[in-house]
Amino acid sequence: MVTEHDSLLGGYRVLDLTDEKGHVCGKVLGDFGADVIKVERPGGDPSRNIGPFYKDIPHPEKSLLWFSTNTSKRGITLNIETLGGREIFRKLVETADFVLESFPPGYMDDLGLGYPELEKIKPGIIVTSITPFGQSGPYARYQSTDLVGCAMGGLVRILGELGRPPVRMSYDPQAYFQVGVHAALGSMVAHYHRVLTGEGQHVDVSMQEAVALSTMTAAEVYDLMKVNVIGTGQFFVSPRPEPYGLLFLRFVYPCKDGHVVIYYAGGASGLIQSSQALLDWANEEGMALELKGYDFRQWDGSTITQQELDQQYEAIIEFLMTKTKDELFEEAIKRGIMLAPCATTEEISRNPHLQARGFWEKVDHPELGETIVYPGAPVRMEETPWRIQCRAPLPGEHNEEVYEKELGFSREQMAIMKAQNII
Amino acid sequence: MTRQVFEGLKVADFSWGAAGPQVSRELAEHGATVIRVESHRRLDSLRTGGPFKDGQPGTNRSAMYTAYNTNKYGISLDLNNPKSKEVARRLVAWADVVADSMAVGTMAKWGLDYESCRKINPGVIYFSTTQQGQYGPHSDFHGFGHHANALLGLCTATGWPDSDPTLPFTPYCDYVAPWYLTIAVIGALLRRRQTGKGMYIEQSQFEAGLNFVAPHLLDYTVNGHVVIRMGNRDRYMSPHGVYPCRGVDRWVAVAVTNEEQWQRFCLVIGRPDWISDARFATIVSRKENEDELDRLIGEWTKDYAPEQVMTMMQDAGVPAGVVQTGEDLLNDPQLKHRQHYRVLDHPEIGPHSYNAPAYHLSKTPCDPRTAAPCLGQHNAYVYKEILGFSDDEIADMLVEGVITTDADAPTKI
Repeated sequence: MVTEHDSLLGGYRVLDLTDEKGHVCGKVLGDFGADVIKVERPGGDPSRNIGPFYKDIPHPEKSLLWFSTNTSKRGITLNIETLGGREIFRKLVETADFVLESFPPGYMDDLGLGYPELEKIKPGIIVTSITPFGQSGPYARYQSTDLVGCAMGGLVRILGELGRPPVRMSYDPQAYFQVGVHAALGSMVAHYHRVLTGEGQHVDVSMQEAVALSTMTAAEVYDLMKVNVIGTGQFFVSPRPEPYGLLFLRFVYPCKDGHVVIYYAGGASGLIQSSQALLDWANEEGMALELKGYDFRQWDGSTITQQELDQQYEAIIEFLMTKTKDELFEEAIKRGIMLAPCATTEEISRNPHLQARGFWEKVDHPELGETIVYPGAPVRMEETPWRIQCRAPLPGEHNEEVYEKELGFSREQMAIMKAQNII
Repeated sequence: MTRQVFEGLKVADFSWGAAGPQVSRELAEHGATVIRVESHRRLDSLRTGGPFKDGQPGTNRSAMYTAYNTNKYGISLDLNNPKSKEVARRLVAWADVVADSMAVGTMAKWGLDYESCRKINPGVIYFSTTQQGQYGPHSDFHGFGHHANALLGLCTATGWPDSDPTLPFTPYCDYVAPWYLTIAVIGALLRRRQTGKGMYIEQSQFEAGLNFVAPHLLDYTVNGHVVIRMGNRDRYMSPHGVYPCRGVDRWVAVAVTNEEQWQRFCLVIGRPDWISDARFATIVSRKENEDELDRLIGEWTKDYAPEQVMTMMQDAGVPAGVVQTGEDLLNDPQLKHRQHYRVLDHPEIGPHSYNAPAYHLSKTPCDPRTAAPCLGQHNAYVYKEILGFSDDEIADMLVEGVITTDADAPTKI
């Protein structure tokens, strides 16, 4: 059990009404110690039906998306569309410090549960609204998914291969992770203000904006250069004045058992050292000898011909093909070569560095009779460690704990509320 | 003007690159006083990466640098010069937060690691963010943010099943790690208010990034499924893709999430017959005939601008959106409504666009007032007014090269 002394948000309560677009926000606050209560509609949130599933069994209690975005939360069911449900919700708000929701704009207001109403019930409350495009504006009513959010935020256009459609990351749903963590950040800034002044506020978060912030300089490049960044596969393409033309700088290289990313170039000091170290290693093994003695200080990206560069790539690739990703990476660290393996999820799970740092967290799933390994702390603090307080809740798992023990409803009253589809 | 959230908060920002400065920017845009400490002798890599004003490289011409340094004071200081120690000491003594994103060991070399800073300022909140963290067998790996993409599996998981892994343009962990870190810093500051105690916060950007991959990591550890490149396919939806539109290199994203939307989608594209077509009638049949379905949809979309497809689909309740370019983002009416890009006047670049946070606070909105500093722009104010050095002392530091100047910058970036 976390306390206010050994966690960042211990003692603060969060009511989390969000769907899959907003789950991550409550998880972040919960993993930092808050008491997060997931409020689902009776029967459970529909996002429980989104896979992948534990052991590939499609079942609302086995969604791995649900598991991985709802840790450190307790769970209750409550139908806020009923009069009785709203009354209970207002009681809960009296005990809460944050309310998180991801309904269409205006939905909470229509129920009489918008920020102005909740603020009257609990002065200082922070209400965080997570939507695809924000609470107002021309697209405020537009719907979104991960793909649409990533596209509208500019993250799709900058990914993919030349000559093929732009792509999203197959590591879906990045748009939901982005908006979730930005919502947690906005809530935290508002929380700081509240602690100092007692004043709460409404936090209005846009998925599109959260995604746009992840695109590095896509907007800045257009702003200053009037060109659009597009996905260029294994290369970065740098435009050069005639007669030099486009330069395709290779970053993804094949090797014996997959691919590695190398920043192979010269000119700048760090790159000279790295590229020289790679060439030296190849030469030691009797390879890439045609490049022996090459002076990376003379390497000039503004004049080098594509043909010359391709010849260098050919020699380097021939060497790389004799080594595995692991062999290349271990040696790269020793020799100061800017090379990293294109890992798979399998390789990440046995990454020796992560294991040495004790990154992975084992989480008990008693109902499954097993322990599942989760990604660990995104940031480390000795005094107030990030931690997974508990696995994601089952539907209505903590109804008794909250309704009976905390709010003082009797078993009979709970049975009535159940029959009335309130809980 | 309402009180800014972090008014009075002081940050000595020794960080560089994208990950560290975004943390202090978040604080600066909500009122904190942030001093960025940089040297002309070893320029911040964002100052040497583009995009540059007019395509001409220059210390103060990169919009990658400016993007993450709004509302900050900028000073120049060569921390490799032993005579910089007194300046650094006064900065640490002044600060509530000390920010570090240097390679492992760099701050210790300067006498600015947490233990040293704590002796100067026992209540200091100190954060260190690096690609691999401060310890562990790979902590010395000197890679760029794009190498973290590789380690994170993003290269493997982005692109098409029939081609090689790709390198995402964006060093993605740099756009995940700062948000977790800022939350932790804010929490630590609140804890200090109660306990008076400082704190050391350590971050591996790679580990932060892995938090965004959680469902896929569980899918491997529980089910043994290794992530694969799927183009724009979704495991559970169809149609789900990016389709060609009228114009040069224009695209629209469409994602049909359920049967009701599928029926409305068919009406929008004028193919009500597909609703009962055996090839496409159910999600299972659509998944089996997805190549053909995507090809047919593309034949319809190519006659329309992506904005038209988006409007038609959204009006019918089907999620769709333009695959926006940088140009589209800057002109997007919704982002304009939200004031996501705000024009600030930079001394050398002139007026240009700066992004704002994704969250709007109803009572204490962010306030990006000043463009990012030129290197050393605020030397006079910071050295004299904040740190209390005399004019003579400042003159000496300039002569001795403690305070660096443009003359110390490399001739070619």
